Amino acid sequence: MVMFIISVIAFSIQDNLGDPLREMVGQSVSEAERQALRQEMGLNDPFFVQYWRFLTKALHGDLGTSYFFKRPAVDVILDKLPATLELVFGASMIIILFSVPVGVFAAINPRHWFSKLSMGMSTVGISIPVFLTAIMSIYIFSVELGWLPSFGRGQTVEILGGWTTGYLTRDGLRHLILPCIALSSIMLPLFIRLIRAEMLEVLESEYVKFAWAKGLSSRRVWFLHALKNTLLPVITVGGVQIGTLIAFTILTETVFQWPGMGFLFLEAVNRVDTPLIIAYLIVVGLIFVITNTIVDLVYGLVNPTVKLARPHGGDD
Amino acid sequence: MVAAKWQQFVDSNFYHDFKRDKIAIASFFIICVYLIACFSAPLIAPYNPYDPTIIDIMDSEVPPVWLQGGDPRFLLGTDAQGRDLYSTILYGTRISLIIGICAVLLQAILGISIGLISGYSGGRVDSLLMRIADIQLSFSTLMVAIIVLAVFQGLFGTELYERLAIVMLILVIGIAEWPQYARTVRASVLSEKKKEYVDAARVIGLRPARIMYRHILPNTLSPIMVISTVQIANAIVSEAALSFLGLGMPVTKPSLGSLINSGFEFIFSGSWWITIIPGLVLIVLVLVMNLLGDFLRDVLNPKLYKN
Repeated sequence: MVMFIISVIAFSIQDNLGDPLREMVGQSVSEAERQALRQEMGLNDPFFVQYWRFLTKALHGDLGTSYFFKRPAVDVILDKLPATLELVFGASMIIILFSVPVGVFAAINPRHWFSKLSMGMSTVGISIPVFLTAIMSIYIFSVELGWLPSFGRGQTVEILGGWTTGYLTRDGLRHLILPCIALSSIMLPLFIRLIRAEMLEVLESEYVKFAWAKGLSSRRVWFLHALKNTLLPVITVGGVQIGTLIAFTILTETVFQWPGMGFLFLEAVNRVDTPLIIAYLIVVGLIFVITNTIVDLVYGLVNPTVKLARPHGGDD
Repeated sequence: MVAAKWQQFVDSNFYHDFKRDKIAIASFFIICVYLIACFSAPLIAPYNPYDPTIIDIMDSEVPPVWLQGGDPRFLLGTDAQGRDLYSTILYGTRISLIIGICAVLLQAILGISIGLISGYSGGRVDSLLMRIADIQLSFSTLMVAIIVLAVFQGLFGTELYERLAIVMLILVIGIAEWPQYARTVRASVLSEKKKEYVDAARVIGLRPARIMYRHILPNTLSPIMVISTVQIANAIVSEAALSFLGLGMPVTKPSLGSLINSGFEFIFSGSWWITIIPGLVLIVLVLVMNLLGDFLRDVLNPKLYKN
């Protein structure tokens, strides 16, 4: 459903954004020849006929050829996909590793100075736009201190099937640190607050009181009984935030000139490289739908009360 | 009449809580300073950044006065085109605030109407509208805005786009976030609808539109107030992000975001103030709005009791 809407939107963009003929032939071609070429290419066909042709081609993985790179747009995008995914992966790791312990700690000891500090910091953190975090970290760590590199991926290693990774070299890792921190900075406060709020609510619930009454050790109550139910809403929110995270990769990649999809997309926008823009939209839409489906499935596994087969169903 | 209203306000719980919360007072004060400074920008700014005749390229990248090489004519230094940074920030903040407030007004009008209709009529209309809201919410605002603005920039060409940028930003940010309001309003309408006064209004034969706007709406105002402050902060951040990507306000009429963008390449050559000072202005603005939003949520939400 969602993919269908995206494909219609993508196609209408292609239809309206500039004249494909102008890109292909020069000024010197006469009007009659243009009309003939139009007819031949099927550009005079009704909208739905053209859309159907676009859709069949798209399903075969053919989204047109990038005007700038002179290569199939899908290939160009897929070349850049590993860079973006590694960035998202690094940022999610940071979010998970920090938000769960801090959130749980803040819920268990609400009056501890560290909890108050982290809550205060998270309000500040939410208020700093991601591109400013990125710029400031570049200014402090690259320009002033000169500790970390400020742009690019550094040295990468190729592992199976053309997937290049920066995780295996020292240089690549050094290049990953700042972008990952910048990208995670927007979500981290959100998750800390969410986990704290959920955990506080769960700790007040009947079954946790009962677990205390049974005389279980505090570790068991906190980490086995309470944490499990805390993580349920966190997973849902996490899934929803994937879309936002992808949007923020565009910002982060622009600041750090990270050779990923987001940076490519902005360049394509500036060059009015329509096939590339469309390919980006479709790839992002696909990632989006896939992650949402996975989140739904995982949610069903973790929480048995959720029935996947809803009567209306079939939304994504 | 006005005095009586004022007395009622002073006696209220709300004012009492506000007086005791130092952070809320400070935030409110800072927001007032921002508003006054921005909307009187033409009066207090020493230069007019939109007037190209007074800009001298020889004055570019002058550091703030407290640094070596600072020029007393330019309090916070100048940007790469030689514009006085202090004046440009005042004008830029004004644009950011105007876009933020107008976008949120648009969100509120759309969202409140849809939420009222959805909550009041229920049934099929309700599930259809809420399904649309769900779908819209699942796309991130920024993503939608980037794509829409990118497409329009391609369609209009850069020159026309730069003239329409402010309208486009308001429309895109305004339309993308209406589900926030619609959901909030719908939730409170659902709980208000069951109360006797609504039944009474219906029994005396009032039209549904009148019941919705005159009777139910005033009782849903407190959650609307809470999300409004946070939404304005979000809208300002979205605008700054879009302008930073070059999809928002042009450099000739910069908002805070485009100002940050225009200074970004110069931090490598040491001219940090062009980026960092507008950045700080933006952070403080968003921070105080979020803090005020937190305060409003704590006070107006009867479910939360502060211990």
